[in-house]
Amino acid sequence: MADAPILELKGVSKNFGAVQALTKVDFETRGGEVMALVGDNGAGKSTLIKGVAGIYSFEEGDTYIDGQKVEIHGPREAADLGIEIVYQDLALADNLDVVNNMFLGRELIGSLRMLDEVKMEQAALETLDSLSVTTIRSVRQQVASLSGGQRQAIAVAKAVMWNSRLVILDEPTAALGVAQTRQVLDLVRRLADRGLGVVIISHNLHDIFEVSDRITVLRLGHKVALFEANKTTQQEVVHAITAGTLSHVPGMDEVEA
Amino acid sequence: MSEKQQEEISTPDEFKEALAYAATVEQETAPVAGVVNAETPDETMSDVLADWWRRVKVGDLGSLPIIVGLLIIAIIFYTQEPLFFSPRNFVNLLLQMAGIVTIAIGVVFVLLIGEIDLSIGFVSAVAGVGMTLLLRLDGPALPWPAAIGIALLTAALIGFLQGWIITRTGAHSFVVTLAGLLVWSGVVLIMTTVYSTAGTIVIQDETVIGIANDYLPPMWGWALWGVTNTIFAFSRISRYRTLQRQNLSSGPVTLLVLQILVVALITGGAVWYANQDRGVPVVFIIVLIFLFFWTIIADRTRFGRYVYAVGGNQEAARRAGINVDRIRVTVFMITSFMAGVGGIILASRLRSVDTATGGGNLMLNAIAAAVIGGTSLFGGVGFVMSALLGGLIIASVENGMGLLGLPSGVKFVVNGLVLLAAVLIDALSRRRRESSGIV
Repeated sequence: MADAPILELKGVSKNFGAVQALTKVDFETRGGEVMALVGDNGAGKSTLIKGVAGIYSFEEGDTYIDGQKVEIHGPREAADLGIEIVYQDLALADNLDVVNNMFLGRELIGSLRMLDEVKMEQAALETLDSLSVTTIRSVRQQVASLSGGQRQAIAVAKAVMWNSRLVILDEPTAALGVAQTRQVLDLVRRLADRGLGVVIISHNLHDIFEVSDRITVLRLGHKVALFEANKTTQQEVVHAITAGTLSHVPGMDEVEA
Repeated sequence: MSEKQQEEISTPDEFKEALAYAATVEQETAPVAGVVNAETPDETMSDVLADWWRRVKVGDLGSLPIIVGLLIIAIIFYTQEPLFFSPRNFVNLLLQMAGIVTIAIGVVFVLLIGEIDLSIGFVSAVAGVGMTLLLRLDGPALPWPAAIGIALLTAALIGFLQGWIITRTGAHSFVVTLAGLLVWSGVVLIMTTVYSTAGTIVIQDETVIGIANDYLPPMWGWALWGVTNTIFAFSRISRYRTLQRQNLSSGPVTLLVLQILVVALITGGAVWYANQDRGVPVVFIIVLIFLFFWTIIADRTRFGRYVYAVGGNQEAARRAGINVDRIRVTVFMITSFMAGVGGIILASRLRSVDTATGGGNLMLNAIAAAVIGGTSLFGGVGFVMSALLGGLIIASVENGMGLLGLPSGVKFVVNGLVLLAAVLIDALSRRRRESSGIV
């Protein structure tokens, strides 16, 4: 893991009018690691990943993929760079089956410009198999009939099917029960074990500590801490989220005083 | 919302509940775990039937209401008037449903993306009247392919215009196409009265009149039956064998044989019965070709898949990189185009157009046909063949009431009730599906 991080942000800033959403934030994710991104509401987590996804562009700072400086101008470009994002609302079409959802927008075309359903079904089965997703009865059932955990698994599988290198998960366990959360966290771990970079956003510190290697804490648009998950405690992280651990966070002193 | 859930779940009571829920989930999922990777088990016929019945019970009715509805309609009209089942009336029925089924094919597409097009009735009239005017021997006197081509192009352009306004401005398709309904009804009135004060214009081309007034000679009917059924059987069997080879779920072989036999029997019976009278109407073959073509587009192409995706979850479609607006505009063009085809068929059947062309129940019947056939008004759910099934019901009811000589007032009431029944079935089965987690 000595090579350049898969994703590295250096000093990125983003403001929305008068609101400074991100201020000179550094962030990195290496291959094979799960990086947690935590912070209270309005800390800038979503802004950060939307910047990586190409939905926003940062006003300041640089983005590096594998040490190469890149500019990402839209979701398509992000996908081309191997970045896939699993949004909280999953973006699955309920009326389509599992295979069709996994291939949505990237269908395989066979002879006569017809969809190659057989090839797509096989590829979907292979991907789900490689991720050890075994709770889905049939890949030809409608997504609407799946449970929350199964849907999350499909959304993740969809993201990793395209030789992606970095998968960003936005609140993957927020709406799930205990057993399903377990399944999804296992899946997240397996992604990292395959050598992918994984960024997970969550409010649930218990989940974070279970699955992540490192934890980046944002507060009010600043990066306030970076922890190794096995060398810190929940209390320490909570403290960073709510009050900040750095004694002099740039621009923050007046607020705290 | 997620934060809220997170907070809620941290209170002890709810946590216990969550644990209990998790336990049930595990029980539910445990027995089926691993099936995906296992060899696909051979489904038997009883599995298929059990699965179908389970889906019906949770509100996924499929074609069931149509079959039941058709049976009820057939029994009622046959007991009142045995001529309802005569070969002559059967051929009439095929002729009567042709126009409405054609228009309803386009309606299926617009309903699939969760929109509506109220202008179809008068767009069909614009195409029908436009073609008739272009054929006038004392006017442009165009050859029939040119007249039909221009008429259909105009229809497609109208669809483009309306779709473009809807996607560009975000105005609701209901309102935009309602405006279209008024505009095109006015245009039809202007077009029909500008050349003749009587407002009736006769089609002056034998080929165009032949579209809806010619019949296949009996042997041709059988030849067509043989060829199409052979193709159908071969495509089914080859698909089955591919799925078997790849070890994907292919369904039981009994179902395959049954499908091929049932299709052969129904179509064979129809050809035989039509041949007792004038033969299979040419226009019905045209309708079948359109049904087949658009079914392939909807089920087997990228475009069709995107239509379903846009209707199911527009945001998901957008994030998947699908150009949602382009799909929507194209769908409005398809709807208008098929309305145009229907308008030409209707004009050909009457051999003339007049000021009333495109009015009356046409638009509502076409929409009702798509909905009765099983296409949801809420988007994302439906299939092209529902135009045929729903059109069959609507035409049967009209035809039967015509045979019984019922007054128009009663016809309107019955038509309204049939539409209401269809929409209620759609709404109720949808509610049922939602409560059981199936869309």
